Amino acid sequence: MSEKKPTPESVAQIEFTPSKQGWEDPKTEFKKGTFNWAAIQKSQEYLDLPNPRKWQTTDEDWKLPDNWKQIIFDGLRDRLDRFRSLKLFMDVCVRCGACADKCHFFIGSGDPKNMPVLRAELLRSIYRKEYTLAGKIMGKMAGGRELTVDVIKEWFYYFYQCTECRRCSVFCPYGIDTAEITMIVRELLQLLGLGIDWITTPAANCFRTGNHLGIQPHGFQDSVDFAVDDLQDITGIKVDAPVNKKGAEVLFVVPSADYFGDPHYFGFLGYLALFHEIGLDYTLSAFASEGGNFGLFHSNEMMKRLNSKIYMEAKRLGVKWILGAECGHMWRVLHQYMDTMNGPADFLEVPKSPITGTVFDYAKSTKMVHICEFTADLIKNNKLKLDKSRNNQWNVTFHDSCNPARAMGLLDEPRYVIDNVVNKFHEMPENTIREQTFCCGSGSGIGTDENFEMRMRGGLPRANAVKHVHEKHGVNVLSCICAIDKATLPPLLEFWVPGVEVCGIHELVGNALVMKGEKEDRTDMRNEPFITEESKKDE
Amino acid sequence: MKLFISLILVLILIGIPLIGSNVSGLVYLFGVIIPYIAILTFVIGMSVRVLKWAKIPVPFKITTTCGQQKSLPWINNNNLESPHNTAGVFWRMALEVLFFRSLFRNTRTGLKEGPKIVYGPDKILWAASLAFHWSFLVIFIRHFKIFLQEVPQFIPLLESLDGFMQIGLPILFMTDAALLLGLTVLFLRRIVDPKLRYISLVADYFPLLLIIGIALTGVWMRYFGKVDIISVKQFTLGLFSFQPIIPDGISAIFFAHLFLVSALLIYFPLSKLVHFGGIFLSPTRNMSNNNREVRHINPWNPKVKLHTYEEWEDEFRDVMKAADMPLEKE
Repeated sequence: MSEKKPTPESVAQIEFTPSKQGWEDPKTEFKKGTFNWAAIQKSQEYLDLPNPRKWQTTDEDWKLPDNWKQIIFDGLRDRLDRFRSLKLFMDVCVRCGACADKCHFFIGSGDPKNMPVLRAELLRSIYRKEYTLAGKIMGKMAGGRELTVDVIKEWFYYFYQCTECRRCSVFCPYGIDTAEITMIVRELLQLLGLGIDWITTPAANCFRTGNHLGIQPHGFQDSVDFAVDDLQDITGIKVDAPVNKKGAEVLFVVPSADYFGDPHYFGFLGYLALFHEIGLDYTLSAFASEGGNFGLFHSNEMMKRLNSKIYMEAKRLGVKWILGAECGHMWRVLHQYMDTMNGPADFLEVPKSPITGTVFDYAKSTKMVHICEFTADLIKNNKLKLDKSRNNQWNVTFHDSCNPARAMGLLDEPRYVIDNVVNKFHEMPENTIREQTFCCGSGSGIGTDENFEMRMRGGLPRANAVKHVHEKHGVNVLSCICAIDKATLPPLLEFWVPGVEVCGIHELVGNALVMKGEKEDRTDMRNEPFITEESKKDE
Repeated sequence: MKLFISLILVLILIGIPLIGSNVSGLVYLFGVIIPYIAILTFVIGMSVRVLKWAKIPVPFKITTTCGQQKSLPWINNNNLESPHNTAGVFWRMALEVLFFRSLFRNTRTGLKEGPKIVYGPDKILWAASLAFHWSFLVIFIRHFKIFLQEVPQFIPLLESLDGFMQIGLPILFMTDAALLLGLTVLFLRRIVDPKLRYISLVADYFPLLLIIGIALTGVWMRYFGKVDIISVKQFTLGLFSFQPIIPDGISAIFFAHLFLVSALLIYFPLSKLVHFGGIFLSPTRNMSNNNREVRHINPWNPKVKLHTYEEWEDEFRDVMKAADMPLEKE
């Protein structure tokens, strides 16, 4: 493998004008750095997935089952009858092109098949040919295409080149949501055993151990103990972080990266500090030790299988309600799917903050509250002693993670929290935040090393907006509330805008939180000393 | 190529009645049979399409939220962009259907040296679409003047509003101009913008050209060709009272207009034009964002293989015991 590593200069050569040739030819070049490795057989088998086998994306022959065409047609027909969204989105697109330059992958690659309208046409053309009168009669002239092995490969390439961020659906006059189409095509590909490993193996791990890294219960306990020790080093306070504690009031669910990855971990320390300070009666669970749901990137059934653990565990532990940590796709599932799939959670109570008495009645059915909502309520009710100057090392901006923004509308809660814990904050340009926020480019299971170049391309619009506030206002940290963001934004920023770090909001909360009995020389969540008044003057 | 095919198709569609209606005996076909078939196809076709969509379940509540959710009482919920109740959904849909709210958001993305990505507002698509759709509606309503024996009061009012600029004789209706302008813009952008040209199909050029054809034949009759309006009204009244007659003195251009309208009606339910009905059913727009407050039911909620706590503890009991973790079974 002697290919050169992509550089910002090489990646920045982007052309928005498509070639003269049409898009109908499905032949796809799998360029190194722009696709993902195939799912391994062992993981497929562990999850009882159809057609498990040994194959690789770079193979010429993907060893499709003999009746692959029938499987796709049956699968598509079945889903057209089960999802109104799919049928409608296949029928109503007028190709107005409003979505075309809204996709971060199109902006970063210029590949016309990354225009959301064309991504959908990749499926729509097959649908037209097989399921519509016009397509059956007029075929190509009505925009129909024949289903071939090349089309399957093309689907694999482009539907694992969509992060299900839903930005296009904000601009579509009919609300066509490419995420929905991507999710369904991925289901179809899974029927043929065509998954990618960074989705299937985490899903298998999560199903087995409870979290996507495959950490076993004692390993989970270890890392929580480790965090407690670290927090003691930082603050001088030994906090209690219960695991699998029956009868606790609140079950706290985090994405597993929170207790294993940087910079997630600093936010995890922030949670522990916060809960200690307010005296929250809570528990973590080793069984439901993953809120992030790789099933969402696989199929609705897999999403349900993985998500089921949260309610099962809440019931077993006898908690009253559930609190969810910072995470993007996790919250798409919790907000839009969990109650429908695994509810009703009638064994739980309507969430009520034991500290402020606030009843979260907008979550009275699902019984799950977002940590930013919870903390915002604490701050509003003056329950926390916060010292903003403890975040003076940071000049902050906030990245709205796709799902909390466009599948939840969680926009002002995190901003309120930030506003109360930092002194220096600057918003990125308005076309790149809130409901128009840009994806990190690595969501929905495609944040892999082998897909590095495409991730840098897809993340360009986000990084570019960060660069803008970095240069204009000296922003040096990008705060966010998504585990995939926290994992994939650091390399993205290093690539496009070196000198800007990434953090979770509750890392900033943890920093600003003045704790009773904390030691004199306490440090921030990264165990760095706070910037004193003197060093501030030097600035 | 796709554009060329579409153009030829529309020219053929204009040519057929121009020639055909002059052939004696075929007038009845163009004036009566085809229009009836067309109306029937449109009504039945659209009903079938909408009913088919409506019959398919909506398994999940997948609202696209474009504004602040309803959460804590002191945080302002944007009930139009992230509606939490039926009233909010109603107004969101009204804005979408009547004023194309989402298109109004449209931006243009550009790439400068650096690379630096820049965004600018782009209201052209929105303006052209709005001009086209609203003009089309007003023109359709104005046509009731010749569909109905007793012309309702509001139609002359609408006409005087539409022609208030008092340009030309007969007075120019603004909607005629706006319709053609809107259509022209929508058509030109498909040709001028390379991205649009790339994604456009015959199914995109054809309806635009067809409607341009309808508009031009209509404009010709009103402003230049001067059809015998009395005979035309006699004819349409007959058609709508199911006692079709074809008076003398109706020119071929009228039959061309009528034939293109018929073609549009037949084409409508078979094509992307069904967005006219589909927009009302779009699940990302017509559902409220109150997912955590009210449980949404999936009628086919699948039975799936789960991994229970008991199975999990069975597998990991020893290591959990060694780590002093609480267990259900010792």
